[in-house]
Order: sequence, then structure tokens, then C-alpha cells
Amino acid sequence: MNSIQIDSPRPMGGRKISVASRVWNTPSLLVGGLMFAVLIGLAVFIPFISPYQPSEQNLSAFLQHPSAEHWLGTDQLGRDLFTRLIYAARTDLKIMVLAEIIPFCTGVFLGMLAGYYGKWLNTLISLLTDTLIAFPFYLIVIIVAFASGAGERGIYITFMLVGWIVFARVVKGLSASFREQEWVASAQTLGLPGVRIILRHLLPNVLPQAIVVLMTDMIGLLVAIVTLGYLGIGITPPTPDWGTMIADGRSFITTAWWLSAVPGLAVVYTGIALSLVGDGLADLWRKK
Amino acid sequence: MEPALQLKNITVQYGGFTALDHVDLNIERHTTLGLVGESGSGKSTLARVIAGLIAPDEGEIGLGSQPLKKKRSREQHKNVQMIFQNPDASLNPKHSIRQILSEALLFHRIVERRQVEQRCKELLERVHIEEGALDRYPYEFSGGQRQRIAIARALSVEPSLLIADEPTSALDVSVQRSVLELFHTLKEELNLTMLFISHDLGVIHAISDNVAVMRQGRVIEVNSKSKFFVRPETDYSRELLSAVPRIPTSSRSGGSYEQRI
Repeated sequence: MNSIQIDSPRPMGGRKISVASRVWNTPSLLVGGLMFAVLIGLAVFIPFISPYQPSEQNLSAFLQHPSAEHWLGTDQLGRDLFTRLIYAARTDLKIMVLAEIIPFCTGVFLGMLAGYYGKWLNTLISLLTDTLIAFPFYLIVIIVAFASGAGERGIYITFMLVGWIVFARVVKGLSASFREQEWVASAQTLGLPGVRIILRHLLPNVLPQAIVVLMTDMIGLLVAIVTLGYLGIGITPPTPDWGTMIADGRSFITTAWWLSAVPGLAVVYTGIALSLVGDGLADLWRKK
Repeated sequence: MEPALQLKNITVQYGGFTALDHVDLNIERHTTLGLVGESGSGKSTLARVIAGLIAPDEGEIGLGSQPLKKKRSREQHKNVQMIFQNPDASLNPKHSIRQILSEALLFHRIVERRQVEQRCKELLERVHIEEGALDRYPYEFSGGQRQRIAIARALSVEPSLLIADEPTSALDVSVQRSVLELFHTLKEELNLTMLFISHDLGVIHAISDNVAVMRQGRVIEVNSKSKFFVRPETDYSRELLSAVPRIPTSSRSGGSYEQRI
């Protein structure tokens, strides 16, 4: 055969687009990340920002309107609303993140197992997810929260039981489609064990999509935490929490509407931030 | 000398459909067997059975003197490597070229960890890719380059049998030629034993020593290349050869064609 150079390698000196540049060109990720960073920054530095304690009562200054002294006014017990709002962010965001860790890891791992191995394992995991998903989410949440008692522990147990389903379903579908790809067949031909293929080959491919789902799921989890607090089976007083703050403000909705509205808006703000981060990450990974 | 690969009575069924029907086939050492046949004739299924990706319902596979069972040892896996049709899908998109090549080297302990870098560079050089490619990802390469990297990965573990399942069919003609040329060089330099699957009889002619023809899950003819292309034994083989498009000898005449192969 004659020598031919048509398929000579592309020059390797081409300019690579840096991660920072790609992030800069993804506005939703930037805006969402900034919004979330502001919230986290406030939650971390609130002891230095506010002179008040979240449970510090001042009955001579109850239900005050927003002022320079109390940026968002005070509640019925004279507690500074801004301070409570940010301390509540600490509580709710901490629970939101911690309650997602185990369900996320469990769901992703089970989803990959079911998708990669298929057969009876897929049938078993599908049966489990389909059974749990047949029950209304909030019904399970309320039953488990009642059974395990109010407080953080109940929330963690509830989400460990049901939170993994969404990840398992998404990752199972992705893994099943990747299993048919030739790069998986190449790994199998090399003789790599199934667990190694799952952890080193499938995981990096399913993780971006799973993280996008995680962002969306966190919003749902935050709303559930707030709902449980509102119903009195979530975070117990005097720990500040957006749900209990909304519930406490109900009695004053006509005279001091902001007592309920401000924590409600905080939930919306956090939801928008997480949603933008999720969309941004999806865009970022799509661009690659 | 015993053949490099022996297939005896291999049968694969998908539900009621028989993909491979009692296939017997041998590949002699250091030769290339070209496998041809129409779509759905069972060529890729046969390749996947040999590579251990599909377990046959019946039959025996022998690699040299060793029988290849459903559960293969690490060494047996190492000895049979496969190059796939679609270069876009055959490399993990999240792994760098360094990861792709070093994983095979380390898993099969081909070289010591400290020698992996050097070996990866040698493999890339062998397939005419710059060593700077090691830190790049598959999406940064053209189809032909990706196929070269897939070839490097397959060769990295020093297999005794290389299966190439239509490795040039997803590439445009010019790139096909250069990849074929690479196969040709590697075959001569490394004394490879190869099963080369292709629809394209021109490609088979260029690369094979022997040719096997499959139809409806059966091997209907095995012959040396020279005999197959001059005096095929079966009507179906003659039909395949006569179906090869011809290239016009003159653009003006418009009606005069010559055999492409």
C-alpha cells in the first residue's frame, strides 16, 4: 500500500477552553451560584453580621416594622426576624444537604447496578422503586416523621427511606443505555470486573446528570423540610426554621404579613438559586 | 501446528431467532481471516462470542490449546481483544487517552507502574498519534484518530488474537485508507492473528489472507483470498463479488466500468 497522510493527527497545540472560561460563559450557573453563595455567606457569617441571637426575646419590641435596628422587623416575641431568618437558613440548608448524601449515594449505586446488570437485579430494584413511588410522597414523609418523632432525626430517616428513588430511576436508565455502548464492551473485553466497570467507567458518565437531578431534588427536599416544620413535625422550637417561622406568622398575617412572607420568599430564593445552578451545570456539561 | 482459534458448532439464539447456526471456523496463527456477509448474517455476533461478550448456547471455543469457557480468566481475556465499528462510541468520553491506555496496561500487569507513561507513548507512536494526545479526551480527536487510539488500546495488552469488527465502515474513504494501512503495517510488524470483519470486499482483499463468508448465521465458505476472489465456491459468494460496484474507466464514456477489486 502506498503511504497516505490524509488522516494525519490534528495539531495538538490548539487552545483549550479552560473550566473558568466555560463557567463564565454559562450565565445561569453564575447567577445561581452567586445567589447561593450569598445565602451561604450570610449563614456562615451571621454571628458577625447581626448583634442579636436567634432566640433572644424582647417583649417590649414585639411585631416591629422593618427599621435600621431590625432590618426585617421583629416577631411576636420581639426576636429579630433577619437574624432568625438566616439562622433558619443554617438549619434548613444543613439538613437539606445532609439528608441528600445517603439517598444520593444509594440511589446512584443501585441505579448503576440495576442498569448495568439488568435481569433479576433490575426487576428487584424496579419493583422496589415502583412500590415506593406508588405511595404519595408526603404521606410517607408524614407517616415516617410521626413514627420516628419530630426533629432532624425523623427527617433524615424519612429521606433515607424514600429519597434514593429518584436517583435510582434516572441513573438506571442512563446506565442501561451506556451498557450498550462500545466503550463498555471494550472494558468487558479487557476482562475488567463488573464493579470496576461500574465505578470507573459508568460513574463518571452518569454523575453529571445525577448531580443535575440532585439540584432539583434538593429544592423538593427543602420544601418538604419547610412543610414538616410548618405542620409541627419537623424542626422543633426554639431552633429557627423557615417552616415554623411561616407557621408562627399565620396568626399575624393581617397585621404583620412579612412574618410569614419573608421565610416563604427565602424558600423561593433558595429554590431559584438551586434551579439555576442545576440548569447551569447541565449546560456546562452539554457544552463539553 | 494447531490453529490460533477454533470454533466448533457455535450456536447462538435470541429468543426464537438463530443468530449463529452451528458455526465451525478456524483461524491459523499469524494470518488474517476476512469475514464477509450481508447485514444480519451473524458476523458481529460471532465476533462478540469470540471476545466473550456473548455466551454461546452451544459449541466450544478454543484459543490455541486452551478452551474458552463462559467465565474466562484474566489471561484469556487479555489474549482476545476487539476493535469496534464506531470510533465515536468505543472510547469512554470521560477518560483521557492516558487513562484509556494505562488502565489496560495496569490491569493486565503488562508493564510496571513506573513504565506505564513510556509504554503509552510508544503505543501512540505505533498508531501515529502524537504523545501530546495523552492528556486529551476522545472528543478532541477525529474519527480516524479515535480508531487509531482504539487500536492502540487493543494492542496494549499484547493479544494473541485481534478482532476488528468493521473498523473502517464508519470512516470516510480517505480515512479508511489510512487506518487500513495502519492495520497492514501492524499485521506485518507484530505478526498478528486477526479476524477482520467487513462489508467491503475491497477492504477484505487488501487485508486478508483467507476469507470466510457468512449467510443466515452459517459459515458457507472458507477459502484462501486468492481462490475466493478468483474462483469462489458458492453461488452466494459469486453473488457478493458480482455486487461490488465498479468504477467508470472514463468519465466521457459513461458506460465502461472496471472491477473495483
